[in-house]
Amino acid sequence: MSGGDQAFLEPGLLDRLGHGDSSIHRLDPRAKLVVTFAFVLVVVSHDKYAVSALVPFFLYPAALLALSGIPVGQLVRKLVVTAPFALLVGLFNPLLDRAPLLELAGLEIAGGWVSFLSILLRFALTISALFLLVATTEIPALGRAAERLGVPRAFVVQLLMLYRYLFVLADEAARMARGHRLRGARRHPHWRVFAQMIGQLLIRALERARRIHRAMLCRGFDGRIPLLAELRFQARDWAFLLGWIAAFALLRFAEPAQLLGKLVLGGGA
Amino acid sequence: MSRPQILATDLHYRYPDGMTALAGASFAIHHGERVAIVGANGAGKSTLLLHLSGVLQPSQGQVTIDDLPVTEKTFTTVRQRVGLVFQDPDDQLFMPTVLEDVTFGPLNLGVPPEESQRRARECLEQVGAWHLRDRPPHRLSAGEKRRVAIAAVLAMAPDVLVLDEPTTGLDPRGRRQLIQLLKGFPHTRIIASHDLDLVLELCPRTILLHAGKIAADRPTVELMRDDQLLQRTGLERPLSMQCCPICNNK
Amino acid sequence: MHMSDTLLSPEVGSALWVATAATVALSSRRLGRLQDDRTVPLMGVLGAFIFAAQMINFAIPATGSSGHLAGTMILAILLGPHAAFLTMASVLTVQALFFADGGLLALGANIFNLGVIPCYVIYPLIYRPLAGSAWGTARARTAAFLAAVLALQLGALGVVVETTLSGIAELPFAAFAAVMQPIHLAIGIVEGLITVAVVDFLYRMQPDLLGALPHNRRADTHPWRRAGVALGIGAVLLGGVGAWFASADPDGLEWSIARVVPGELPERGDGIHATAAQVQERIALLPDYALPGASAEEDAPTVIDAGTTLSGLVGGFLTLTTAFGLGWLLRRRTVRSTTNPVR
Repeated sequence: MSGGDQAFLEPGLLDRLGHGDSSIHRLDPRAKLVVTFAFVLVVVSHDKYAVSALVPFFLYPAALLALSGIPVGQLVRKLVVTAPFALLVGLFNPLLDRAPLLELAGLEIAGGWVSFLSILLRFALTISALFLLVATTEIPALGRAAERLGVPRAFVVQLLMLYRYLFVLADEAARMARGHRLRGARRHPHWRVFAQMIGQLLIRALERARRIHRAMLCRGFDGRIPLLAELRFQARDWAFLLGWIAAFALLRFAEPAQLLGKLVLGGGA
Repeated sequence: MSRPQILATDLHYRYPDGMTALAGASFAIHHGERVAIVGANGAGKSTLLLHLSGVLQPSQGQVTIDDLPVTEKTFTTVRQRVGLVFQDPDDQLFMPTVLEDVTFGPLNLGVPPEESQRRARECLEQVGAWHLRDRPPHRLSAGEKRRVAIAAVLAMAPDVLVLDEPTTGLDPRGRRQLIQLLKGFPHTRIIASHDLDLVLELCPRTILLHAGKIAADRPTVELMRDDQLLQRTGLERPLSMQCCPICNNK
Repeated sequence: MHMSDTLLSPEVGSALWVATAATVALSSRRLGRLQDDRTVPLMGVLGAFIFAAQMINFAIPATGSSGHLAGTMILAILLGPHAAFLTMASVLTVQALFFADGGLLALGANIFNLGVIPCYVIYPLIYRPLAGSAWGTARARTAAFLAAVLALQLGALGVVVETTLSGIAELPFAAFAAVMQPIHLAIGIVEGLITVAVVDFLYRMQPDLLGALPHNRRADTHPWRRAGVALGIGAVLLGGVGAWFASADPDGLEWSIARVVPGELPERGDGIHATAAQVQERIALLPDYALPGASAEEDAPTVIDAGTTLSGLVGGFLTLTTAFGLGWLLRRRTVRSTTNPVR
């Protein structure tokens, strides 16, 4: 997780993007959620040495980027920032899997490098899909979609409450952290200081919870949060859902990259 | 004299940690009155307001709303009749969007969804916030949050509006908009505030709290002239009643 | 550390999603029955608190690097296991969405590692029995510290197991574990210290707040159920890992038979055995412990047989479900008999 002020700004950034307006933004959140999930499943279902088969899948994030108006720079930044863990682990692949897998222009390429490349592609694809989902769908809409798709109500209510108050508390935490940095201390607080800081944060949080509870009671709260779930699937949502799932299935099983390669190289490659 | 709408009799309240917040407060408020509650920090203003809406129960004494005693059992009725607008609107706007927040109250009261939406629209338009209906509360300005919180309370169709420090954190324009808004309501209005100029402008009557007791219950202008009383209770004159800082005219 | 879509196979990912979804459903229902309307705002705000607290990095002494709080144990001590689990699950979900921490498929695994394990394994089996009934004692503090350390250890182990089972990364189990476990021990120790310090802080500053929390103070009436959960989870983990390790060696029984009876066991092709064999082949989803359609001479020998681990996981999960189902049935019968006394 990135530290510093950037981490505090991140949710706000994605939240603002999610409230934008484009043909993608206006799609039913259920359709987007299901398609994203399907995309991720199909991508990770590939063999660990799959490389060419994965490349055509970039069609999906590319299409979404084009239609939604989400700045490409934001996506790239996200990819760069979240890369470390998976790549660090993946880097062991070339070290451990030395058996040559294929020959390219007279050079023997170890299986480990191929699988590492596969990891890079998987990473880019799955993170892009997730980023674009959140960048084109606000969290409350995702919550409503989840509820309609069968997620227990208590959990959806919790997600919405969390979403509502995380900006408020993240603000408080950011101010606290900034205050600490401004007093000339080193970059990250010692754990004891940190414990004090979040202890304060916790007390304030608990008191806020009490006040919120009172406010809820004053407006008739009886334990159940009424949710106005107004989601209706339209033709374009069906088109999006079925169209993309068909595309993923095609790309997965027909391997157009191989076909194209064979076509270009005139058969027998 | 008609029967009072709100009657508080000898209210005492002690917090769980032992601190006394109210030490015998009594007053009567009639329909349509506009009453301010002022006092230094810690005087007991917020605690008093919580008693009026039934959130807290006094350890001694009683509050009645239109002859209905405010108890734990009658809380469900009282909370509809007395609309409390909290000090921090973030505590009061807890739903994902403005519209959902304003319909929260009516839906809980059993009002059907269509009617709830209609009421929400009416109240939001009244406070000038209908265009904000699909926004999440964390993306509203302080003034907008305040107005939406008021709309959310209005949607319950209360008889009494109780506001706790309504102008805190508002810029001058936001404050002016709020004062205009509050002037136009037909409800009985009870406003706790440090903003003594607002008090002067809006409320003909002021109750002054000091150390959990009522130190004065008088017409506002009269009270604001009593410098000794104001000094003693940790207050001072409203700025509009003080000497002009430029020409020093008394 | 978070599990990532990049290193996950669909089988492992889906299996854990199923386990997590089931836990969320059960937890939600359990919480619904608890009937305390304070829980809604409390869970929401505390979730936001954890989310915010995780954004501040603290220095880990003697390593020169920084870490961030998990906070699950703090939640569990304050809210009890069910509310804490749902809160943590919601935090991880929103993090996955806002920070792409891991990914959508890996969310199931992450909620499992960082939610199910601390709340439904560590808390009931380690913290509650050791801590006693109230905070403030050395006993409670030690229990909290230990619980935090173990929760992180098991969580990290979860990531290692899931990565290894998925077979996308080449990193062998032992090597990966040898790196992950010590790192998370260091982080866990600091997490433990912070956990104790924070709960202590609350206890000293606002003891009434701590006391007013809808803590799960119900007496330990179902120790066997907790044991059942632990066994179930153990079965799942064991089934998965064990199946993988055992994939090379023939089954114990077959192995011993092979030693006694030279040559392959003859297939009894007549009468009832033939019918039984046919029926079994039709019904079995996973004939002969592998995924249908997977060819025998697949890839390089280093590729993990996904079929074996899937059956291991499915088998483990079915065992768990059966155990739970039996437990639930039993409980309903006892409850009914105790609440309907014969007059």
